[in-house]
Amino acid sequence: MPYKHYILICSGTACESSRAHEIHDNFIKEIKERQLENDVQVVKTGCFGFCEQGPIVKVLPDNAFYVRLKPEDVHEIVEENIIKGRIVKRLLYDPKEDQGRHPMTDVANIDFYQKQFRIVLRNCGVIDPEKIDEYIARDGYKALEKVLFEMSPDQVIDEVSKSGLRGRGGAGFPTGMKWSFTKKASSDIKYIVCNADEGDPGAYMDRSTLEGDPHSVLEAMTIAGYAVGANKGFIYIRAEYPLAIERLNIAIAQARDYGLLGENILGSKFGFDIEIRLGAGAFVCGEETALLASLEGERGMPRPRPPFPAVKGLWGKPTVINNVETWANIPVIILKGSAWFAKIGTEKSKGTKVFALTGKINNSGLIEVPMGTTLREIIFDIGGGIKNGKQFKAAQTGGPSGGVIPAQFLDTPIDYDNLIAIGSMMGSGGMIVMDEDDCIVDITKFYLQFSVDESCGKCAPCRVGGYQLLHLLEKITSGQGTMDHLDKMSRISQAMQKASLCGLGQTASNPVLSTMKYFAEEYTEHIQNHKCRARKCSHLLKFDILPEKCIKCGLCAKACPVSAISGDREKGYVIDHAKCIKCGLCFERCKFKAITRG
Amino acid sequence: MSKLTLDDLRKMRESLKNDMDKRDSEKDVRIVVGMGTCGIAAGAKKTLDAFIEELDKRNLKNVTVKQTGCMGNCNVEPTVEIFMPDMPTTLYGNVSADTARKIIQKHILDKTLLDDHIQDKPSIDIIQH
Repeated sequence: MPYKHYILICSGTACESSRAHEIHDNFIKEIKERQLENDVQVVKTGCFGFCEQGPIVKVLPDNAFYVRLKPEDVHEIVEENIIKGRIVKRLLYDPKEDQGRHPMTDVANIDFYQKQFRIVLRNCGVIDPEKIDEYIARDGYKALEKVLFEMSPDQVIDEVSKSGLRGRGGAGFPTGMKWSFTKKASSDIKYIVCNADEGDPGAYMDRSTLEGDPHSVLEAMTIAGYAVGANKGFIYIRAEYPLAIERLNIAIAQARDYGLLGENILGSKFGFDIEIRLGAGAFVCGEETALLASLEGERGMPRPRPPFPAVKGLWGKPTVINNVETWANIPVIILKGSAWFAKIGTEKSKGTKVFALTGKINNSGLIEVPMGTTLREIIFDIGGGIKNGKQFKAAQTGGPSGGVIPAQFLDTPIDYDNLIAIGSMMGSGGMIVMDEDDCIVDITKFYLQFSVDESCGKCAPCRVGGYQLLHLLEKITSGQGTMDHLDKMSRISQAMQKASLCGLGQTASNPVLSTMKYFAEEYTEHIQNHKCRARKCSHLLKFDILPEKCIKCGLCAKACPVSAISGDREKGYVIDHAKCIKCGLCFERCKFKAITRG
Repeated sequence: MSKLTLDDLRKMRESLKNDMDKRDSEKDVRIVVGMGTCGIAAGAKKTLDAFIEELDKRNLKNVTVKQTGCMGNCNVEPTVEIFMPDMPTTLYGNVSADTARKIIQKHILDKTLLDDHIQDKPSIDIIQH
């Protein structure tokens, strides 16, 4: 016989350290004393998030979510919830007490603890992505139905405009407006393009969406085709995403088979078809004009805008180009209505945003939260806090085009405008969390290196500016920096922002400007004191042996790959700084902490 | 398959929905394995194989094993969700082939939850609510 109740006790590190095991033991004891062993199972679980409100216990099937429990609360929970079936309200999670706001309560009217709200990822992890029937059973292609038979193209565009949906690729241009430009452009042929050239380091939102729910993108592109008068769509996806490509191919074949793509869809006289084009994985091809050039078979390089692709795009024809995540929102907006969608989020940023949460965070993963959720909620409630109990230093958003968000902005609601105001950007949704062990100058160098490698070289500000910036950063991290380098860097950065041809160059210097603004003292430390507080910049490190702690065992000398440690077991050992390559092996090998690193 | 008309699609959706409801109310057990790139990289294929082998070995006929995309819990891949009557729907993380076999024994046959692997479902389902 199954149990009547399950008591789930969070045994994440944070909860464990705040007496979760005592709570666990108390439950076991209490259950035993009352001879409820056959009715109740006590289970230890993985981290629930909300680590600042631990220890956390969830009781099933009541779904009661208890927070900040003390071992002495156990008695009351067993007495009331388990035996009498009455949830103990005073111990429940209370969203009102939460420091952050709870932006989704408006829509779902759910007085509950979950911070995530899944629109884009509604089917990810739910349906079998290779079975069109499962998509259809979850209201799939119902929005297409509604559009083709109940709405005029103008009504569709109007609905998308009213929803307030903005492009999820990063820049945040209003999607409805984009569509209306293409609709108004007069041309015999128009195109719909899906930008699936996701390239930010650490970002995989689009890949997961396509792998988990390919039909939502196909349906949305068909809807846009109907709205603007296009009959042909292309999905531009990087060849490095083989599983996403495979599932897209399966999805397209199934949709064609059912007549949901092709001529005369559902007998509506409207026809639309989609083809896949593989990109070679160049970052610049995520820029829309470079993407279109690559689609046409040309080298992937951007061209000046205007004219914008909405008016003059693929092969000179008006083209709607949206990102995967933007597309995945469309069927829900049509089905649930723009008013429903516009209630979620902040005044100027509607809906949700998917983030790939990575870095020094306990619960890394793919998350979707309403716009306006704070960084604190994302990192501490959903992400479960920083790994190994370290201090939060900053979060990087927007990848190589974005910037860092330092601790003082943890409570800023995240939306397009707020992020730009604090010198970062939404970007496509990579969010990399850094702790005190990360060197901000080193991280900046990493992103800049990426942009320099990926620059197409067409315009000088990006090609030359990026290279010079990187050169200056290398000088600073190797101890050859001077204070006037900082001034030079900010001038080059501003020039790149103003004069570069496309988004890549215009934003490549953002990481530099943003880190120089919020972590100026770390730059100064590197330059003036030759010190890297995170000990990442190996050129600035200096290893020494402390004679008072050294037991003269000689392990360090044996470990040194360049024989920079000399001495013997009588006299002791010293490090020759001229020979030392700062690999840190001696530091790791010494069991007596006799080697300093600083 | 011939091309669908509007009516066909509507009828089909209704019957698929009914099938799904029926499936949930019948005595069937569903094991759903997260098979996005992230899950597969963490060994989800071995997990899937282990489930199928073990079910064969024990000759359990009323259990189906299915795949799905990424469930979002990348830190505890491979992830597996179990749907069955009389038990709360449960999301397990870090499901190695060994753990998969344990899930069959403990969760599906003995109807007890496994320690240390349960994860919380991160969000409500907007299609059902």
